[in-house]
Amino acid sequence: MPDSGVGDRLARREDKRFLTGKGRYTDDINRHGQAYAYFLRSPVAHARLKSVDTAAAESAPGVIAVFTGKDMEADGVGSLPCGWVVTDRHGNPHKAPPHFPLVRDKARYVGDHVAMVIAESLGQAKDAADLIELDFEELPAVVDIMKARGSGQIHDDAPENLCYDWELGDSAAVDEAFAKAAHVTKLDLVNNRLVPNAMEPRAAIGEWDPGTEEYTVYSTSQNPHLLRLILCAFVLNLPESKVRVIAPDVGGGFGSKIFAYAEETACTWASKKIGGRPVKWTADRGEAFLSDAHGRDHVTHCELALDADGRFLGMKVDTTANMGAYLSSFATSVPTYLYATLLAGQYTTPVIYANVKAVFTNTAPVDAYRGAGRPEATYVVERLVEVEARETGKDPAELRRLNFIKPDQFPYQTPVALQYDIGDYEPSLDKALEMIDYKGFGQRKAESEAKGKLRGIGLSAYIEACGIAPSAVVGSLGAGVGLWESATVRFNATGTVSVMTGSHSHGQGHETTFAQVVAEKLGIPYDNVEIVHGDTGRIPMGMGTYGSRSLAVGGSAIVKACDKIIEKSKKIAAHLMEASEADIEFKDGQFTVAGTDKSKAMAEIAFTAYVPHNYPEGVEPGLDETAFYDPLNFTYPAGVHVAEVEIDPDTGITTIADWVAVDDFGNVINPLIVEGQVHGGIAQGVGQALIENTVYDRETGQLLTGSYMDYAMPRADNFPSFRVETTVSACTHNPLGVKGCGEAGAIAAPAALMNAITDALGVEIDMPATPEKVWRAAQSRLQQAAE
Amino acid sequence: MLTVSMTVNGKQVSKEVEPRTLLVQFLREQLGLTGTHVGCDTSQCGACVVHLDGTSVKACTLLAAQAEGAEVTTIEGLAQNGELHPMQAAFKEHHGLQCGFCTPGMVMSAVDLLKHNADPSDREIREWLQGNICRCTGYHNIVKAIQAAAQTMRG
Repeated sequence: MPDSGVGDRLARREDKRFLTGKGRYTDDINRHGQAYAYFLRSPVAHARLKSVDTAAAESAPGVIAVFTGKDMEADGVGSLPCGWVVTDRHGNPHKAPPHFPLVRDKARYVGDHVAMVIAESLGQAKDAADLIELDFEELPAVVDIMKARGSGQIHDDAPENLCYDWELGDSAAVDEAFAKAAHVTKLDLVNNRLVPNAMEPRAAIGEWDPGTEEYTVYSTSQNPHLLRLILCAFVLNLPESKVRVIAPDVGGGFGSKIFAYAEETACTWASKKIGGRPVKWTADRGEAFLSDAHGRDHVTHCELALDADGRFLGMKVDTTANMGAYLSSFATSVPTYLYATLLAGQYTTPVIYANVKAVFTNTAPVDAYRGAGRPEATYVVERLVEVEARETGKDPAELRRLNFIKPDQFPYQTPVALQYDIGDYEPSLDKALEMIDYKGFGQRKAESEAKGKLRGIGLSAYIEACGIAPSAVVGSLGAGVGLWESATVRFNATGTVSVMTGSHSHGQGHETTFAQVVAEKLGIPYDNVEIVHGDTGRIPMGMGTYGSRSLAVGGSAIVKACDKIIEKSKKIAAHLMEASEADIEFKDGQFTVAGTDKSKAMAEIAFTAYVPHNYPEGVEPGLDETAFYDPLNFTYPAGVHVAEVEIDPDTGITTIADWVAVDDFGNVINPLIVEGQVHGGIAQGVGQALIENTVYDRETGQLLTGSYMDYAMPRADNFPSFRVETTVSACTHNPLGVKGCGEAGAIAAPAALMNAITDALGVEIDMPATPEKVWRAAQSRLQQAAE
Repeated sequence: MLTVSMTVNGKQVSKEVEPRTLLVQFLREQLGLTGTHVGCDTSQCGACVVHLDGTSVKACTLLAAQAEGAEVTTIEGLAQNGELHPMQAAFKEHHGLQCGFCTPGMVMSAVDLLKHNADPSDREIREWLQGNICRCTGYHNIVKAIQAAAQTMRG
């Protein structure tokens, strides 16, 4: 079977449908008799609702129904939950104010859901929404996170707008370490707020069947089973057995499609209210900006202490994180367990203390966005290390090397809870330095200077924790769900295989990668393997795709199910060849009796399992196995990215002259796909560092960057081509030895680029390094030099 | 309501539409050609690019009525006799797409680029694509795919 197994650069099988316009995204689906929903959103950031008069809208042409929060309240609709309880440093659970799909008393951000209009056409629904009369008392908006605690209260049960004040690490030990330091570097950092901006806007169709009393929900979800669980168990109080969630092709997510939102909840609920007609909603981009969960948004003060030899002695981090107006599904975990636990980075820093305060503001909810906490942690660690090197006159690469955890120190217990199973950081550093020609930088800088340009180089030696697990551990830390994955591998009688996986691709190419794994494992043709995902009606169970977990966790479940298939097949093969089961060997799709030339092909065994005329006693017919896999630990991808920039001091424009990435993802199934994931991740990280920024008006809370005219999305001409390589230290605790690659670029890139830009400028600036900001910094430095 | 007639992917079509109907709505909702996507509302993202009389246009920025009498080609009309267009084939070969949502517009735009410039530099490709946003690929493999298609099409 040429070019179809593990390690092959196989072009993706899903591409043909996407390239010919035959992809099937949620908005491409139209159900018979469907009605259209439009949400009237709050035009102000903070207001107490006095009345919502829907009478005129209800009698407008084509209107089927108008619903408000009162209708949902009367019907017993619950609150959208946050699935991770963070215990604060005083032992109390975080403040979890209710988050109703349609507001009941107050609107808390611009875009909050005030009413839902359902009509025969979308145009009629929009026209009718204009007729709804809102009477509200506007309240002062809380926008600035550093002032949130002293501002007017957003939720009755969250005094000072504080969600939690949490800590990790030994504060006294860190103080002791700092007292002995030869040098301490201090930085104030802003991790700018981002809008994920998957190109496919969110969409949903809710459909209730009055005959079977079953619901079908079509949704742009990264995790349909989890959406079903949240809808059923928390919000709508429905039996899961009566709800099917289908997430067809999903056009990107980057985290923003993990969460359960108001809109799909409301469409599902409303379909029954209007007698079973399907209710469809599709966001326009403006709505996406207003109401998709945003990412990042931290303000941090951090300090790193080192001894006279340059060894890190301790780190202190004080972060304020924005939760937005309500807690999105996993918001609380992002600046805590996905952030502070990564502050050791690739280094042997012996003691670390982090304090994180999460606050509510009158802005859209903030939750996991590509990297989720880990880009923020890497930004803290790698900016501190770089600036420390500058302040102490050390080479930034060598300072990193000196402090790396060495290969013989694994498994390595960090001072911030995680235990890294394996890693080997120097080969990635060496390869990256060689690729960028680190030694030749001085000459390139001189050449740039001769042209009147500023040149800088910046490193980022990141680590991430992927495949969040194990369930028992995350449960003890407050997670409300298990973090396993499941798979069913089913041989059909004719020898083809259907694989039902709970992971759900939204661009990652699972249909190809997973088929490669199964073809190799079972020794059957790649083309005979079909991957089924994204439908709770076809897949037994699942937890979905986020946190770079699909291959490490979902792929491991598939391997386990394949192992069960092989185990059962050996019994059948032994019977057919009249041999002892213990003597049966399996390799490349053939079962052989050890030491003989007797063999049976996998397909023959599968046929026998379904036509069991000559069959071992006590063995069930069929060849269809399900496995659940609960990881033993996170996986720890790591690597080194190096950015080199050239800045024009006259325009402030930063040109990325070169970018190299050397990543250790463990074993790689499909290098073509992995490289694509790295490219995309880097682009998102570069976007954050260079141009993207979410701006709310500080007084009114209006979103000022609410369209592609105002929010700078990275375009093709913002980038060079990237040079991407890998090193391999295989994960020790999953059967494929894989670690995950989806977020690495977004985690590594912002620090690498800002290290390069500040190296060129010689002064600190915050992200995004827009031309204006860079120009001001460059001019002030030139002025200083002139004086 | 008004009647609009045009040729779409070689077929003559004629439909009654509301005057405010955009070309992209006409294609998606009335002709069922859902390969043309809507990714924004400000004519920025390019997911809706189709060809109008052989030139790339954003179908969200034209009324259906403005396409009266025109020849429209959508992503569904690009492959001929079941054979992928060289641009489609190159995108597959070089992994120029991930989630696939921007892809139809990206491919239609790239095909038009090569009509103007059969041998573009990487920089020219990147500048041409300013009107097409991709959030997944970082554009690296898109540029590579367009270079490969250009080479194939030059023969």
